[in-house]
Amino acid sequence: MKVTLHVWRQPRPDQPGRFVTYTANDITDHMSFLEMLDVVNEELVAKDEEPIHFDHDCREGICGSCGMVVNGRPHGPQVEGATCQLHMRSFKDGDEIWIEPWRSKAFPVLKDLVVDRSAFDRIMAVGGFISVRTGSAPDANAIPIRKESSDWAFDAAACIGCGACVAACPNASAMLFTSAKIAHLGLLPQGQPERLERADRMVAEMDRAGFGSCTNHGACENACPKGISVDWIAMLNRDLLKAKLVGTNS
Amino acid sequence: MDLNARIPSGPVQEKWDKHRFEMKLVNPANKRKYSVIVVGTGLAGGAAAATLGELGYNVKCFTFHDTPRRAHSIAAQGGINAAKNYQNDGDSIYRLFYDTVKGGDFRAREANVYRLAQISLEIIDQCVAQGVPFAREYGGYLANRSFGGAQVSRTFYARGQTGQQLLLGAYQALMRQVGAGTVKLYSRTEMLDVVVVNGRACGIVTRDLVTGALETHLADAVVLGTGGYSNVFYWSTNAKACNTTAIWRAYKRGAGFANPCYTQIHPTSIPQSDERQSKLTLMSESLRNDGRIWVPKRAGDDRQAAQIPEDERDYYLERFYPSFGNLTPRDIASRRAKEAVDSGRGIGPLKNGVYLDFAHAIKRLGEKTISERYGNLFDMYARITGENPYQVPMRIYPAPHYTMGGLWVDYNLMSTIPGLFVIGEANFSDHGANRLGASALMQGLADGYFIVPYTLGNYLAQGALDEVKRDDPAVAGVEQEVRERIDRLLKINGNVAPEEIHRKLGLLMLDKCGMARNKAGLEEALAKIPVLQEEFWSSIRVTGQGAELNQALERAGRIADFFELAELMCRDALEREESCGGHFREEHQTEEGEAKRDDENFAHAAVWEYTGNGSPRRNVEPLDFKDVPPTQRSYK
Repeated sequence: MKVTLHVWRQPRPDQPGRFVTYTANDITDHMSFLEMLDVVNEELVAKDEEPIHFDHDCREGICGSCGMVVNGRPHGPQVEGATCQLHMRSFKDGDEIWIEPWRSKAFPVLKDLVVDRSAFDRIMAVGGFISVRTGSAPDANAIPIRKESSDWAFDAAACIGCGACVAACPNASAMLFTSAKIAHLGLLPQGQPERLERADRMVAEMDRAGFGSCTNHGACENACPKGISVDWIAMLNRDLLKAKLVGTNS
Repeated sequence: MDLNARIPSGPVQEKWDKHRFEMKLVNPANKRKYSVIVVGTGLAGGAAAATLGELGYNVKCFTFHDTPRRAHSIAAQGGINAAKNYQNDGDSIYRLFYDTVKGGDFRAREANVYRLAQISLEIIDQCVAQGVPFAREYGGYLANRSFGGAQVSRTFYARGQTGQQLLLGAYQALMRQVGAGTVKLYSRTEMLDVVVVNGRACGIVTRDLVTGALETHLADAVVLGTGGYSNVFYWSTNAKACNTTAIWRAYKRGAGFANPCYTQIHPTSIPQSDERQSKLTLMSESLRNDGRIWVPKRAGDDRQAAQIPEDERDYYLERFYPSFGNLTPRDIASRRAKEAVDSGRGIGPLKNGVYLDFAHAIKRLGEKTISERYGNLFDMYARITGENPYQVPMRIYPAPHYTMGGLWVDYNLMSTIPGLFVIGEANFSDHGANRLGASALMQGLADGYFIVPYTLGNYLAQGALDEVKRDDPAVAGVEQEVRERIDRLLKINGNVAPEEIHRKLGLLMLDKCGMARNKAGLEEALAKIPVLQEEFWSSIRVTGQGAELNQALERAGRIADFFELAELMCRDALEREESCGGHFREEHQTEEGEAKRDDENFAHAAVWEYTGNGSPRRNVEPLDFKDVPPTQRSYK
């Protein structure tokens, strides 16, 4: 098949970007979306043009590197999948496809479709962990944990940190990402001692990084390749409120 | 080359305890005066950086990803082994040790493997304390499963995403230290060389992938946790960016490279659908519990699977191995699939796969049971291939997956360059010639959390390290060499994308140095690789500039190193005149077509030394088996 691409090209963070149109020829429907871009890129190189820059790595939907807005939707027209899991059989011959980077003040564009997501690392560094020294852990079975709680914790921990939630949110809020970590750790007994400080500090860092606030649109959950639920945002808000009411150590 | 493994004396059970007592300690007040560089943030590197930071060292941690959490450890599916014996089924440290030495086909170092089995217990404790949501039973205690043919259930898992959850645990521990200021994190920063002064590793040269700026970082010790090199084959299950550059640069600065030919080919991956496919996707090996593997009996049979009657199908694994059938170990299942395809009986549009058929299982157990067992895998398969595996058999084919070879390290995980430590898949240490399922995660975390933090302290405490000056010509020269290499890549001015030549290398390596190797094929590869390398250096085009975000340049630099590594792999495979584990030399097989080891001549690690004259020197570390006497594997 043949598709027409309108791709956001931006050489540097401080230079303006624009859409450039390319044709992808000889595309087969079992190619992945990123493989289709690989083909376009190899042709660009042969013509001495710079390839389209985009982040990607594992290409099986788990590392969280890839992410682009395809036809207005983060990760494109599929349910629960990262861009690398999107296949060309989702498109048909002659389609026009618009490809853009994540758009958010907190995720500045570095080049083309590559954005700087280090704000997520900064949120994690202030509280997205359990403070346990290597070597100081008790026997793993010393703390029985209800299977249900453990399964819920896993559901929240499945976040791959791709940033689609931010890209989908009209406020560019990072609440789904932040709440997923707060829920993962807050649902486990090991996470209780630091629970309130964690919510307090991570939300404060989220605000500092320039993400917007949550106004309950739910677009984040729709865009999430791992189906992370907005329920965790409610849990975050409860922890945050409690932290404000009873105070924290920090 | 000094290949003294520095294995502590005494019974294997006591070596690590004894060694921990004998190692020198760094005074707590002095730790902050030492600086350590950690390259790579996967299970090994992330765990090491976090732990060293926590101990009080000044740590600089580097990753070429945009964040440490992207490292390829994240893609591991199955689980992590530990000899906890929570199932009361007779597991023990000694049994895990025994299974790992035997599984590695008697080509690993006993003392290292025993230590790994011991530490496996602490790893699970540590990960649970960090909040890793392992699978649990209804009573609230941890669940286990049997994996990779083990006779005990010792594998801990977190659905099919164990690697992800363990890596996030290490990442969180690392970010805690970043927040505390003990670790300085350099994301999107790629290591391009090691700085060695007076025979000691004392720094690295990096390229900032956003600005293109080169920088030399000096430190008292350097730790590499930079993963494996399966991408030499182009098509592998590894992530796209996985590469050999860090360990290859270290090799060229004097670190011995051990057993480069030991690679693992995983039998159940989805076959390539297109020449331009970028990578291969693994399907969990558990599918072989209920799926039956077959190809048509007649070469060139073009009928759809359903139209081929039972008596015209060849269930070759069941035929060759009546007792193990479809559950034969990875290396054997892979090799037999290759034979079937090579004999013209491959199936699928490109005739490059074998069937993994669930029709019998669905008839016997019902679609519901199969869906409960493998639903997520069937969905994943359908998403990738567009075929419904409930209705048509899956197509599978082996894919390069893991590399047991890597930089040689002693018992302290230090390479032949003093001060350069190598951990995780990047070293050669614990898996011998074949890695067992659920052992890679165990080794990465053992090295990172519990071994290198001690042994590195011992190195630092052993005496005054000479102060290295930034303006020392030996330091400045390395950065200059890196700059010249980048300039050379940018000036080739051909018109071919580097990937195109990488694919040619991959095809050659898969064919000649993959699942089965022979003398003629390896010699042919050794003749062809330099030609491809020459083609690469004369015909590729690297667009853009050095001083900017330039993914074309990044890729070209990594691919360039694969040609040199490929040559060493073929040399190693040629010199090892025996078959063992994943290394199958067709000249050395039993009458039944199984791997035939030559313990008399090859019970050793082959350690290659860079000479600069095109003929690397092969050195040997003899392996001694005192506790697990070598035997021949049999799966008939």
